[in-house]
Amino acid sequence: MALLDRTARGLFLTELVKGMALTFSYMFKPRVTINYPYERGPISPRFRGEHALRRYPNGEERCIACKLCEAVCPALAITIEAEPREDGSRRTTRYDIDMTKCIYCGLCQEACPVDAIVEGPNLEFATETREELFYNKEKLLANGDRWEAQLAANIAADAPYR
Amino acid sequence: MLELWNQVPPVLQTVVYILVIIVPLLVGMAMLTYFERKVMASMQLRQGPALVGPFGLLQPFADGIKLLGKETVIPAGANRVVFVAAPMLTFFLALVAWAVIPFGEGMVLADINVGILYLFAISSLGVYGIIMAGWASNSKYAFLGGLRSAAQMVSYEVSIGLVIITVLLCVGSLNLSDVVEAQRTVWFCIPLFPMFIVFFISALAETNRAPFDLPEGESELVGGYNVEYSSMTFALFFLGEYINMILMSGMTTVLFLGGWLPPVDVAPLNWIPGPIWFVLKIIFCLFVFVWVRATLPRYRYDQLMRLGWKVFLPFSLIWVVLTAGVLVAFDWLPK
Repeated sequence: MALLDRTARGLFLTELVKGMALTFSYMFKPRVTINYPYERGPISPRFRGEHALRRYPNGEERCIACKLCEAVCPALAITIEAEPREDGSRRTTRYDIDMTKCIYCGLCQEACPVDAIVEGPNLEFATETREELFYNKEKLLANGDRWEAQLAANIAADAPYR
Repeated sequence: MLELWNQVPPVLQTVVYILVIIVPLLVGMAMLTYFERKVMASMQLRQGPALVGPFGLLQPFADGIKLLGKETVIPAGANRVVFVAAPMLTFFLALVAWAVIPFGEGMVLADINVGILYLFAISSLGVYGIIMAGWASNSKYAFLGGLRSAAQMVSYEVSIGLVIITVLLCVGSLNLSDVVEAQRTVWFCIPLFPMFIVFFISALAETNRAPFDLPEGESELVGGYNVEYSSMTFALFFLGEYINMILMSGMTTVLFLGGWLPPVDVAPLNWIPGPIWFVLKIIFCLFVFVWVRATLPRYRYDQLMRLGWKVFLPFSLIWVVLTAGVLVAFDWLPK
């Protein structure tokens, strides 16, 4: 009886027809992929992308050269040198991040007491040479200026959970 | 206009006819690759090519130009003459079969009385291109692919032959136009439905399409008989394979789906000219080709052989006897 059943199924191609019907029904479903460079998926406010050094609204840089980020960085990607400025406030003279070492763990922004170093939403910073990935203070501050609106919004959105 | 045409020497006339068939065929083949990618994409909930030209319509041409610009690599151990001749042979055989396909009433390049035999012979020869490629590449993957392909095509040719015999019994002629004309009352896919299925599945095997794409077998043979090929030599294989697909769809259409005839001979349907019906039916068959590819995984080699020899061969043999018996018993044999 089992043999008959199997033979009948085989002869009438029932399983084949079922499978074909399934793929045919899938043909009319909406696609699940997105057209990447033109369409983008949502990004969480906690997304850890490219680094940026932020400024206060009056233009003063936030970083106070406490070197907590440098100390906490597990990949030793951050190098900081600091000196007092003419007005007596302590500021960095050098703030480098080696983006090829960075593991994007986000500990630097957790450690920062003044929300100066943050990881922004930008994930498209591929470069053609390795050297371009050695970020200096100038580059990081430029990033901060470029992304400030979104960085501030992300920090505000995440604030209730901290 | 007609008088002017009649003054053209017959050789030139034939050349024009050939171009009228081949140029749309090549464009159709290019569009088929696009069609395949789009249909497969939508079945897999993807988007498919969409960037080159409107809706990605120019993608196949971009691919073609890319292939043309590549370097033709001939492996050091290869037999150069056979290696280069193999893709040419495949391409040539895929094209030459179109001589006998009737696109409409009287619209056929060579209206020979052994049309079906000619088609059968040409499609059997197709395996030579692949064997030559597999052997001349002097590579184990290509060789295994070539061997598999040879065994596979030979196995399924047997059942295709028996299916064709069944159709011939009902038509009483080997001429393809007569085959289509015999389907005026009812298409052969209805009375000979099981044979239609057997023919279609064998056509899949004959063109090395999924689920019978063992000769290529990307996952085990890297690329089968065409691993060593690049640039134009590869493009010719690719063209040959897709034109063979169109050819097999054309054969299915002529033998079972009533060729250029409309589904029913009533007013709005028979206003549409025959060639358009023919092309629509071919497109339908090609859609099924792609649909099957998007649905089924590849057969294992022993399963493939089992299906060919132990299922299709006895089944189609029984059906030939059955059809012949019915035709004689009811005196339905065509005069």
